[in-house]
Amino acid sequence: MAVCVAVIAKENYPLYIRSIPTENELKFHYMVHTSLDVVDEKISAMGKALVDQRELYLGLLYPTEDYKVYGYVTNSKVKFVMVVDSSNTALRDNEIRSMFRKLHNSYTDVMCNPFYNPGDHIQSRAPAAPLMAVSVRRAFDSMVTSMMIQVC
Amino acid sequence: MEGLTLSDAEQKYYSDLFSYCDIESTKKVAANGRVLELFRAAQLPNDVVLQIMELCGATRLGYFGRSQFYIALKLVAVAQSGFPLRVESINTVKDLPLPRFVASKNEQESRHAASYSSDSENQGSYSGVIPPPPGRGQVKKGSVSHDTVQPRTSADQQEPASPVVSPQQSPPTSPHTWRKHSRHPSGGNSERPLTGPGPFWSPFGEAQSGSSAGDAVWSGHSPPPPQETWVSFADTPPTSTLLTMHPASVQDQTTVRTVASATTANEIRRQSSSYDDPWKITDEQRQYYVNQFKTIQPDLNGFIPGSAAKEFFTKSKLPILELSHIWELSDFDKDGALTLDEFCAAFHLVVARKNGYDLPEKLPESLMPKLIDLEDSADVGDQPGEVGYSGSPAEAPPSKSPSMPSLNQTWPELNQSSEDTAIVHPVPIRMTPSKIHMQEMELKRTGSDHTNPTSPLLVKPSDLSEESKINSSVKFASGNTVDGYSSSDSFTSDPEQIGNNVTHQRSHSGTSPDNTAPPPPPPRPQPSHSRSSSLDMNRTFAVTTGQQQAGVVAHPPAVPPRPQPSQAPGPVVHRPVDADGLITHTSTSPQQIPEQPNFADFSQFEVFAASNVNEEQDDEAEKHPEVLPVEKASDPASSLRVAKTDSKIEEKTAASVPANVSKGTTPLAPPPKPVRRRLKSEDELRPEVDEHTQKTGVLAAVLASQPSIPRSVGKDKKAIQASIRRNKETNTVLARLNSELQQQLKDVLEERISLEVQLEQLRPFSHL
Repeated sequence: MAVCVAVIAKENYPLYIRSIPTENELKFHYMVHTSLDVVDEKISAMGKALVDQRELYLGLLYPTEDYKVYGYVTNSKVKFVMVVDSSNTALRDNEIRSMFRKLHNSYTDVMCNPFYNPGDHIQSRAPAAPLMAVSVRRAFDSMVTSMMIQVC
Repeated sequence: MEGLTLSDAEQKYYSDLFSYCDIESTKKVAANGRVLELFRAAQLPNDVVLQIMELCGATRLGYFGRSQFYIALKLVAVAQSGFPLRVESINTVKDLPLPRFVASKNEQESRHAASYSSDSENQGSYSGVIPPPPGRGQVKKGSVSHDTVQPRTSADQQEPASPVVSPQQSPPTSPHTWRKHSRHPSGGNSERPLTGPGPFWSPFGEAQSGSSAGDAVWSGHSPPPPQETWVSFADTPPTSTLLTMHPASVQDQTTVRTVASATTANEIRRQSSSYDDPWKITDEQRQYYVNQFKTIQPDLNGFIPGSAAKEFFTKSKLPILELSHIWELSDFDKDGALTLDEFCAAFHLVVARKNGYDLPEKLPESLMPKLIDLEDSADVGDQPGEVGYSGSPAEAPPSKSPSMPSLNQTWPELNQSSEDTAIVHPVPIRMTPSKIHMQEMELKRTGSDHTNPTSPLLVKPSDLSEESKINSSVKFASGNTVDGYSSSDSFTSDPEQIGNNVTHQRSHSGTSPDNTAPPPPPPRPQPSHSRSSSLDMNRTFAVTTGQQQAGVVAHPPAVPPRPQPSQAPGPVVHRPVDADGLITHTSTSPQQIPEQPNFADFSQFEVFAASNVNEEQDDEAEKHPEVLPVEKASDPASSLRVAKTDSKIEEKTAASVPANVSKGTTPLAPPPKPVRRRLKSEDELRPEVDEHTQKTGVLAAVLASQPSIPRSVGKDKKAIQASIRRNKETNTVLARLNSELQQQLKDVLEERISLEVQLEQLRPFSHL
C-alpha cells in the first residue's frame, strides 16, 4: 500500500528510507524531504500545548496528484513519513494509524538493541556477512515491506 | 483440542518420558531438543512428526509444555498404530499401545528396568531396536548415567550384566553426556564402569579408552579450563568450549580438552547425529555464564541493562552488527535488558559465533529463556533435574499401572474430561422432564440416525431403564449432550457417548417413571419409531374406545399391528395376547366378523361400537388383534411421537378410564394400563426380533383378514356419531400431547444450543 516509508531522525536526516517501485526513488526522497516542512509546521502548530498532549499521528500532510503523504512523529522527534498511492481509495485513516503504530513498534525494537546507536542508519544487512542478517532491523525492514505490499 | 484421556500405564509412561525430556527439571517444559530426538526415535516420517508437533500445539506455543508433550506422545502412538493423525484421534482411538520409541526410549526403559522390579515387559516391548549408529553409542553410555544418581550405579552394574540391552539404547543427546561430565568432578571414577561396555562399539573403543583417561584428566582440570578459556574474549575462545557445545560425546569433550585427540573428537562430533541440539548449554558453561552475570549484576534475578551488556559483549570483538543480531535473538522480552537466561543465551551465541558458527535466524529453543512462571527453576542445574528424574522411577511402580496423582492434579481439565468420558455406563439419570420430552428426545434421536449404531443405543436404554427410574443427578460432559444432537460430531463414533446422550436426554426428559410397570424400558430411540406409532394408535384408541384386554399381562403383547387405512377404534387392543393367540385370533376374526356386527366394517365406529357391546374378554381378545391393526392403521402419524411417552400412556390410560366408563366397559379400564404399557414397552424393545416377527405376522394376518371383514351399514348413524365423538376426544388428546411435545422440543433445543456454546467456549483451550 505504502509506496514509500521513511524514518527521519530528530535532526532531519533519514535513518531509513525505502520505497517501491525502486526506480523512482529520488522522487520519493524528495517528497519526503518536502514533507518535513509540513511536519514541522504541524508540530509547532500545537507547540504551545504540552508535548505529551500532542498526538503522534499527524494525519495527511499533503496530497499530491498521485500520492498522499502521511506523517507521524514520536516523542523524541523522530518522524515517520509514509507515502501512499492516491489510487488506493480503500485506505482509511485508522489503517494508516495502525500502520504507523506498527512502524513505531518496530522502530522501538530496533532502539532497544544496545548495539544500535541512535542515529545509525537502520540497515538490515550486515555488510560483512551477507548471510547474517541483523534480525531486528531485518524485522523492521520486513515489517515495512509488509506494509508496502499488503494491499497493492 | 479436547482433553486427553490417559490410561494409568500411559500416564506413567508419559510422565517418565516427560521427565526424561525435562532435562532442565522445569517440570513444565520439555526441552525441545530432547523431545525432537524422542520423536525421531519413534521412527515416524518427518512430516508426521511435524504434523504431530503442530497438532499438539507445540509449534504454536514454541515449547513443549506437559500437556503438549503428552498429546504429542499420544499422537505418536496413534501414528504408530497406523491411524490418521487427528485431534479427535487422541481420545477416540481406543486401546492404543504405548508409543514406541526405538532409540532413546529404549534406554530409558532399560534404566527403568533396572530400577523397577522385573519390569520385563518394558524391555520386551522395546527390545527390537536398531543398534545405534556407532557415532552415538558412546554417547549412550553417558546418557545412562545421566538420569539419576542412584539408578546410575545400578545401571552401571546392569550394563555389564545385560550387554544385550545396552546396544539398543540409543545414544542420548550430547547434553546427556555433558551432564555426565558436568558431574565429573563429583563422580569421576564412576565413569569408568560406564565406559566398560564401550568396546561394543569398535570405532569408539580407542576413543573410549583414550577419553576415559582424558576423563580422569579432565575431571581434574574441569574448573580451571572454562575459566581461563572463557574469561577473556581477547583470546581465541576455547575451541574446546565451543566443541563442548556440540553434540559430541562426552569423550569428545574430554579429548578436546586434552587436545590430544582433538581430531578424533572432531570426527566423532561430526558423526554425531543430526538431531542433537547444538545450542545446548552445558552445565559448566552455564555456571560460567552465571558467574559472569554476577560480575555485572549481583542479583541473579535482576537485569543487566543494555549498556552494560553492550560493553561486556563488545569485549568479544565481534562486529557490532553481529552483536546487535545476538542481542535481538537473546533479548526475548525486548525490554532492553538481559535476564539471567537471556544473558546466558547471548553469551552462548557469542561463544558460538566466536568459534565460527553462524548465528541462527531465530533463537534456538534450547536457548530460549524460561517462561516467567518457570523462572524460579531457571537456575537449576542438572543435579536437581536428575534428582527429579530419579524421583520419578522411585515413585513409579514397576508395573506402571498406577496413575500418577500428580498428573491428575496438574491436569485438572484433562482428567475431568477423561472422567467425563469415562463415565459412560451406569449413569444414574435424573428423570425430571416429562415423558413427553423424553419421547421427543428419542424422536430426535430417531431422526438423526446416521452414524449412531442403534444397538448400543438400544442397549443403553435397556441398561438405564432399570436405573432411570431413580431420580439422581446426571453428570455428563457438555460435549456428550451436544454430541447426542449432532451425530456428525466426532464423538458420535463413540457409542458409549451416544448412549450417554441418550440417557442424558432421557434423563432430561426424565419422566416420572412408569407408575404401573416397573421395568418397562424407557422409550427406545429410532427403531421403535414406527412401532410406537402403531402402538400409539392402539393407545389412542384404547383411550377413546376403552381398553379391554385379555388378562394376558404376562406375555408381551403381540406385535402391534401396523397402521392401516381402516381403523377400528376398538377396544384397545394391545392387550396381552400371545402372538400365537393373536394370529389365531386374527385367523378366526373373519369368522367372528359376521357374527359381530361391530367388527363388520373396518370403520372405527364399528369396532368402537363393538367394543362397547362386547364385554367378553375372549371376544375382546379376539377383537384385539383385529382392532389392533385397525387402530394402528388409523392413526399412524400423529401417534408416532406420542407413542413413546409414558405420559402419553398415562394420558391414554386416564382417558381410557373415562372412555371405558363411558362405554361401560369399566372392568376393562384398569387392566388396559399395564397392558398398554407393556405393549408400548415392547414396542421399544426393538431389538427383540421375535416381537418384530410377531408383529409382522400379526400385521400380515390382520391385513389379510381385513379385506374379508365386510362393512355393514347397519346402525351406522349411532355408531358413526359415537365414533366421531371418540375421534374428537382422541384429537384433543393428541393435540394437547402435540403441543406439549413441541414445548419440550423447544426446551431441548435451547438446551442444546447452550451446551454447544459451552462446548465452543471450552474448545479453544484444548483446540489447536
